[in-house]
Amino acid sequence: MSPDHSSQAPASTATERRFWLTGVLEYVGMLLVIAALVLIFSSLSDRFLNLRTATTIANQIPDLTLVAVGMTFVLVIGGIDLSVGSVLALSAAVLGVVMVDWQWPLWTAALACLGAGLLCGVLNGAVIVGAGIPSFIVTLGMLEIARGGAYLVTQSQTKYIGAAVEPLATPLPGVGVSTAFVIAVIAVCIGQFVLNRMVFGRYCIAIGANERAVKMSGIDSRPTRIIVFALSGLCAALGGVFHTARLASADPNAGVGLELAAIAAVVIGGTSLMGGRGSVTRTFLGVLIIAILQTGLAQVGATEPFKRLITGAVIVLAVVIDAWRHRLPIQPWAGISRLWSRSPTADKG
Amino acid sequence: MTSGGSAPILFAAHQIDKHYASPVLSGVDLQLAAGEIRALLGANGAGKSTLSKIISGLVQPTAGKMVLRGQVYAPASKRDAEQAGVQIVQQELNLVAGLSVAENLFLNRLPRRFGCISLQRLYRDAQQALQRVGLDEVQPTAPVESLGVGQQQLVEIAAALARDCRVLILDEPTAALTDREIERLFAQLRRLRATGTGMIYISHRLDEIRAIADTATVLRDGRVVGTSRVSELSVADMVRQMVGDVVAEPRRHRSYVGAPVLRVESLSRAPAFQDVSFTVQRGERLGIAGLIGSGRTELLRAIFGADRADSGQLWIGEERQPRRFEHPRQAVAAGVAMLTEDRKQDGLLLTKPVRLNTSIAFLKRLRHGWGTLNRALETSDANRLAAKLSIKCESVEQPVEELSGGNQQKVVVAKWLLRDAEVLLLDEPTRGVDVAARAQLYEQFDELAARGKALVIVSSDLQELMELCDRILVISAGRLTAEFPRGQWSEEKLMAAAFQGYLHAEECPLDVS
Repeated sequence: MSPDHSSQAPASTATERRFWLTGVLEYVGMLLVIAALVLIFSSLSDRFLNLRTATTIANQIPDLTLVAVGMTFVLVIGGIDLSVGSVLALSAAVLGVVMVDWQWPLWTAALACLGAGLLCGVLNGAVIVGAGIPSFIVTLGMLEIARGGAYLVTQSQTKYIGAAVEPLATPLPGVGVSTAFVIAVIAVCIGQFVLNRMVFGRYCIAIGANERAVKMSGIDSRPTRIIVFALSGLCAALGGVFHTARLASADPNAGVGLELAAIAAVVIGGTSLMGGRGSVTRTFLGVLIIAILQTGLAQVGATEPFKRLITGAVIVLAVVIDAWRHRLPIQPWAGISRLWSRSPTADKG
Repeated sequence: MTSGGSAPILFAAHQIDKHYASPVLSGVDLQLAAGEIRALLGANGAGKSTLSKIISGLVQPTAGKMVLRGQVYAPASKRDAEQAGVQIVQQELNLVAGLSVAENLFLNRLPRRFGCISLQRLYRDAQQALQRVGLDEVQPTAPVESLGVGQQQLVEIAAALARDCRVLILDEPTAALTDREIERLFAQLRRLRATGTGMIYISHRLDEIRAIADTATVLRDGRVVGTSRVSELSVADMVRQMVGDVVAEPRRHRSYVGAPVLRVESLSRAPAFQDVSFTVQRGERLGIAGLIGSGRTELLRAIFGADRADSGQLWIGEERQPRRFEHPRQAVAAGVAMLTEDRKQDGLLLTKPVRLNTSIAFLKRLRHGWGTLNRALETSDANRLAAKLSIKCESVEQPVEELSGGNQQKVVVAKWLLRDAEVLLLDEPTRGVDVAARAQLYEQFDELAARGKALVIVSSDLQELMELCDRILVISAGRLTAEFPRGQWSEEKLMAAAFQGYLHAEECPLDVS
């Protein structure tokens, strides 16, 4: 830190404020959306605005939050992980089997569960990086493989565990939120710190922004990319622990479609699907928006089809607003409209 | 062909203003007559590209109005401008990889028959369009990415010429072209001029402007300094108007050559280059001259480990053990850096701030315990480098995509200055960089050499190599054909050596007579 750098720099404080302000505004926007949702549901239902709803939401989201934290990193490097829901189920299945059939205590069983998720993630990363195959395809394969694994491990039976895991998901006395929620929030904080303040996070952002430039800067991006997929698997496994705790049983059908909810949360949080830009805290706000929407709609008596319709619309709207804000021309559109336009007569000559 | 006040006014811009965070253009007036080629001159960030983007509808002005053929002209998009007959060929290539040359040429108006693309007509039209810019040897069906950068540039020009073209804007069209390609382009432009098309021509190559333009408008800091006839303007005049009152002293060459630091032996990578051997010394600026496609870029990439060499080896410094880099990581760790030709694709994190771009090659420097980043050091490094290289940015937090080309290049240089590499491989380091920024880069190279760094400079600009280098190697058709120490070269000798490899080659891409 040089004390005189301000005198050498061409920087102006006004512009620094401008960049800082845009950063703050991205949070303000999301908080306003949350406030608006709360207002709308409170006016529609007098049972919505109370502590019980808040704790219900808080205790529903730890698994989605964890999966979304891992997914944020995956999207930041420009990848996608479709296998998280299945990996969550497989890890949960491992947890159920070792606790029920082998009578392991919770903490060793949780380690086995995390190991299973990590293994899936490492496999994803190794194939994506080693064979140079798009993550979309590889994780699509893993989506099937891990789901099959979950059925095999549990013999397609839900494993009832009961009191041994439930404490994780039950509200802490006096606080109202569960241990799982607290851990999830801590994971969000760690994730945000890693992405913004650590060398690893910087590599992730740089790889997403321009992997070729990263290579030409003398950086081998392969280890980073493998680690990111490994982390996503690990997060999914921890999500599996929380999911199991909430249901008191390991369900091989758990987490179907969870990858899409997670991607939606991450994208609502403003992380670019193209990579290079993202925030874990805003992903968390994205999770909250989805959860509030789900719970609120359920309370005002919306039917399942209607809930899905609204949720889908909100996701698309969020991305449209995000694209506007970054003044990105939505490229495929421009391309399509160009191809459809009628040809002028000038090309005859 | 003269075109003075007598020719009808084709296009006029009145009091154009453009503000982003700060003003980029203020009160710009411009009048273009039919059949006039107007050069637009100015240093980096003077507003040339912004003005051309406004005229071509890519950007809308904050204030001011434009008139085209007597009618108010306010294009809301590039498409509007194209339909009004205003075409632009931008500095950056805008081709769609994966599509053929013909499809790229007629992308927004593919000939149709019963709703399907008429391939027959498409290829016939494309053939004609290509012939017009001298790309006879290019197949319309070839994928556009199989072409070299120079040829791609010509394809873009061909696409603009194939449209209804009343005003044509060319932004650095010759940056990637060989002399022969430039000649052919100029012949085409002169033909267009004869048909009454008005052209705005942006280039840093002042010789070219003297050769092709009728009049020149000089911009400085977003304002018009003056417009004059090119025939009444010397190169020195142009430079003076662009940079203001700063008088550039003629550069003096000093030599700092020391002990060998990089030795390359029999390096080959088919089909780009074969059996290349040379040695670079500390403090030496070694030029590599050659035509585009002669294997220059591929050679640097193979040394750096970005591509894998088939055979051969290299030694760094005093090392006994020969080696070959398999990945740029190894090269950078060994003290070798590379400035790539295509800074947007290979050099920069475009959407990211200057600060992230200067630190990316040397994050190790910022590593605290447990891998946390020292952001204060990162910011002060970035500020120091921005000041040292006079990078024109609002702040180091500004995304590099908002900077002008020359300033972007300075950011890439800053990255490697921070890394303090021993050997710098520079591929077209001043491409698309204006006179003032170029002088600053040369100064940096001088300073690096004085500090004992070895520089290997690839450039299409022979003047640049002759000005900078202690020694020049010439590569032709993938082989080194000549070596000239300082004082023994001339432009003719260098050119002769650059063509030598193609004279007896079986597949002769250039017919030299």
